[in-house]
Amino acid sequence: MISAQLPALQVVVPLIAAALCLVLSRPLAAWTLTFLASAAAMVVSFLLLGAVMDSGTIDYAFGGWAAPFGIAYRVDLVNAYVLMIVSTISTVVSVFARASVASEIEKHNQGFFYTAWLLCLTGLLGIAITGDAFNLFVFLEISSLSSYVLIAMGSDRRALTAAYQYLIMGTIGATFILIGVGLLYALTGTLNMQDLAERLPDVSGTRTARTGFAFLTVGLGLKIALLPLHLWLPNAYAYAPSAVSAFLAATATKVAVYVLLRFVFSVFGVEFALGAMPLAIGLAILGAIAVLSASTVAIFQENLKRMLAYSSVAQIGYLALGISLATPAGLTATILHLFNHALMKGALFVALGCIAWRIGSSRLQDFAGLGYRMPWTMGVFVVGGLSLIGIPLTAGFISKWYLVLAALEKGWWPIIVVIIAGSLLAVLYVWKVVERAYLAKPPEDATRAEAPPSMLIPAWLLAIANLYFGFQTHLSVGVATRAAAELFGIAP
Amino acid sequence: MSDSLLTWIVFTPLIGAAAVLLTGRWPNLREAVSLITGGVLITQVTQLISPVLAGETPSVLLAVPVPGVPLALQAEPLGLLFALIAAVLWVATTVYAIGYMRGHGEKHQTRFFAFFAIAISATMGVALAQNLFTLFLFYELLTLSTYPLVTHAGTDEARRGGRVYLGILMGTSMGFLLLAVIWTWQLAGTTAFHPGGILADKGSPVVVGVLYALFAFGIGKAALMPFHRWLPAAMVAPTPVSALLHAVAVVKAGVFAILKITVYVFGLDLLSVTGATTPILWVAAITIIGASLVALYQDNLKRRLAYSTISQLSYVVLGAVLANAAGIAGAAVHIATHAVGKITLFFCAGAILVAAHKTRVSELDGLGRQMPITMGAFLIASLSIAGLPPMAGLWGKWYLSIGALDAGYGVLVGVLMLSTLLNIAYLLPIPLRAFFKVDRDAPAGITEAPAACLIAIGVTTTLCLVLFFYPAPILQLIAPLLG
Repeated sequence: MISAQLPALQVVVPLIAAALCLVLSRPLAAWTLTFLASAAAMVVSFLLLGAVMDSGTIDYAFGGWAAPFGIAYRVDLVNAYVLMIVSTISTVVSVFARASVASEIEKHNQGFFYTAWLLCLTGLLGIAITGDAFNLFVFLEISSLSSYVLIAMGSDRRALTAAYQYLIMGTIGATFILIGVGLLYALTGTLNMQDLAERLPDVSGTRTARTGFAFLTVGLGLKIALLPLHLWLPNAYAYAPSAVSAFLAATATKVAVYVLLRFVFSVFGVEFALGAMPLAIGLAILGAIAVLSASTVAIFQENLKRMLAYSSVAQIGYLALGISLATPAGLTATILHLFNHALMKGALFVALGCIAWRIGSSRLQDFAGLGYRMPWTMGVFVVGGLSLIGIPLTAGFISKWYLVLAALEKGWWPIIVVIIAGSLLAVLYVWKVVERAYLAKPPEDATRAEAPPSMLIPAWLLAIANLYFGFQTHLSVGVATRAAAELFGIAP
Repeated sequence: MSDSLLTWIVFTPLIGAAAVLLTGRWPNLREAVSLITGGVLITQVTQLISPVLAGETPSVLLAVPVPGVPLALQAEPLGLLFALIAAVLWVATTVYAIGYMRGHGEKHQTRFFAFFAIAISATMGVALAQNLFTLFLFYELLTLSTYPLVTHAGTDEARRGGRVYLGILMGTSMGFLLLAVIWTWQLAGTTAFHPGGILADKGSPVVVGVLYALFAFGIGKAALMPFHRWLPAAMVAPTPVSALLHAVAVVKAGVFAILKITVYVFGLDLLSVTGATTPILWVAAITIIGASLVALYQDNLKRRLAYSTISQLSYVVLGAVLANAAGIAGAAVHIATHAVGKITLFFCAGAILVAAHKTRVSELDGLGRQMPITMGAFLIASLSIAGLPPMAGLWGKWYLSIGALDAGYGVLVGVLMLSTLLNIAYLLPIPLRAFFKVDRDAPAGITEAPAACLIAIGVTTTLCLVLFFYPAPILQLIAPLLG
């Protein structure tokens, strides 16, 4: 039965496609393959999500080798949700990527580009689906290495230093994660997450367990780009090719947050991770600082890709705040925001990609009058921006609603103030762009010219998704609530 | 039947906006579309009168974005009153705007009329909101849809005005109002407007007081000091925008929301028992006097009117905070009477700008001879704003004074009387100097404003008089609230 093999297909399809892509190497063929593989992964992820919602968690032993000897894949609501986000974003953004990549990357490199894209997708999906701590590390390296390559392909020469920065920081992070996993293995003799979860409570008082936990969280903090470990992110997103910025901004940090959730809630357990260890207070403080400082820095960015990158750092702060509340409501808000933030940042980066394709710049000064020169593209930017601010009827509003509600429930007023201040700062940096695009005089020689439909359609799909999930939240909120309950071990 | 009617009332102006965009190439057709939409809207809103008078509350559920927090509309007396005012004055303003925009040679008129219609749709949503969440949603939509109208000129001044406008309105609504809405939901388990309130026994008097303050300041459109500066900043907009939106729809959406929240979320009993809202009472009193004093020193006519509006808006807030029957009646009546009075004043200000190209009070000497109709209407509307008989403005002050006495705040009657004196001091000199002072080197050849402008001015001026003699329908409409 093919449906029984879905967990394997989720990872294997893009992996094989990546290999094929390298052989094909012609731009059009490589792109077609990337799109088809992403679409196939998307279909698989939806089937998985449906199956999990209907009949509960799926366990899959890779190659028929049962754990603890083989690698176990385990799909529950949380990672089915993440798989869906990653593969859907990859599909939508890959449509956009064709024209964007053609204009930004030299022809002989395009085959490599799509290969790296598919490897990155494989890695991200693998991280999400695996139930094995070491396998997770392997996929993490696959996605990281391929994303260094993707970033380095940016047309600006500074992309190379950005990729190098990310490489160094990312490697340190990965090393920390590996040390953490190693310590856990030394302690428990297993790498399977379920076994880890069973055996860890007995040894949770040991210094090794605490050290392992510390290494893991710090390493993941780097991958998540939680302030102050975010330094690699702004340059990486700013100088990467447009399509890569959109893809990574909407997926990479989300998957890292998922890993944190997995270790905190499923492997170590809430009592240990958020009770015995000082993670909650750490996340609360760092999250609050991230929201306030990164949003403020974003206001002063001239390069809009950098601006959005800092905004991402701030949004990661919201995710951290949700976790730090250590309540089902807070966790629901975090999981929900994973999804909604992917939609907003996807839409915004794709819109910037369209603009870069047309005017060859992401600098604010070149945006004068763009509202009239590229009305459809700017429309997407405005919708994405409103969603980022959290205007009602956008996805961002729903996130904010749940986050504020969770903080109220807990009575953490300082957090509420931070959340509100964050969205007011978002008004400032979004409106700076809107004002320039609609109220500044365009240069004399400017004509009205839009991006091609192959870029506009995915952009609008994301924009419409932002609006749709602002008033039909059955999927986003429904799954997030159930997933949070599952992580907390409460029957939904 | 009336369920779908509610949906249509919100969507009709939106359809109108789309039609305006489509017919943008043919200005006459475009304006006809605006007028027809306005006419249709009035018929739709008036159809709600008889069910609401009969005590029904037609409602409709549009969507459920967050479980337990529906997007829903409901017709109740206060909302219907506000919807009626806005719909009728929209048509009057459209007539006026046709004359003004053409007479003044404004650019981007299609965009102007389209966003105008969207703003009206949002206003209808505010008026008919069934719960706090729906109210908040349309409130924000109103802010966003009026931003392009405020910055219509596209100049640096417009951009600066737009920043203040958006900054204060967004800042207060996201900072305080949203928090208040979510907090209410957390306390009461619902955000639905319910006769008698939903917060009784849900929180201590301190919580009630803080929550009320969050609502009062969070609704920045009510322009309570110190969050009032957006209104003078918005005067950079074309005059029809100032007239309808910043004398009627937007600002009244603010005070109307406070009134509605007072009646249906807190409940009059809760407020009068706890007395938790006394601080807001004094904020309103200070705003009434303070804004009037500032108005005295404004030479720019529109800015003077804006500060007058700030002062008058706090009358409504005052009535709401008094939390007794006469206070609520005064607030509701004042929403209507101030609307017709202030819109007339703005119409006149715009007419003066179009016909004589004058914006300052000090330039108006002798203009009464050249523009007798406009300046006559200005005089009548000024008297109405000041609350002198035989003008409609009297009734608001009348009931508010009774409400203040009932609540045991005799000093507030003094505030209202002082405000009347100040109104006279800053408004009446304008028509008086126009009629009685003579400007020796006045340029010749100034004639009355375009006919479309005069028609609109005539209609609203007549309403100022009519509502003095027949305030009964308004009182009858809101009678169910007063018990």
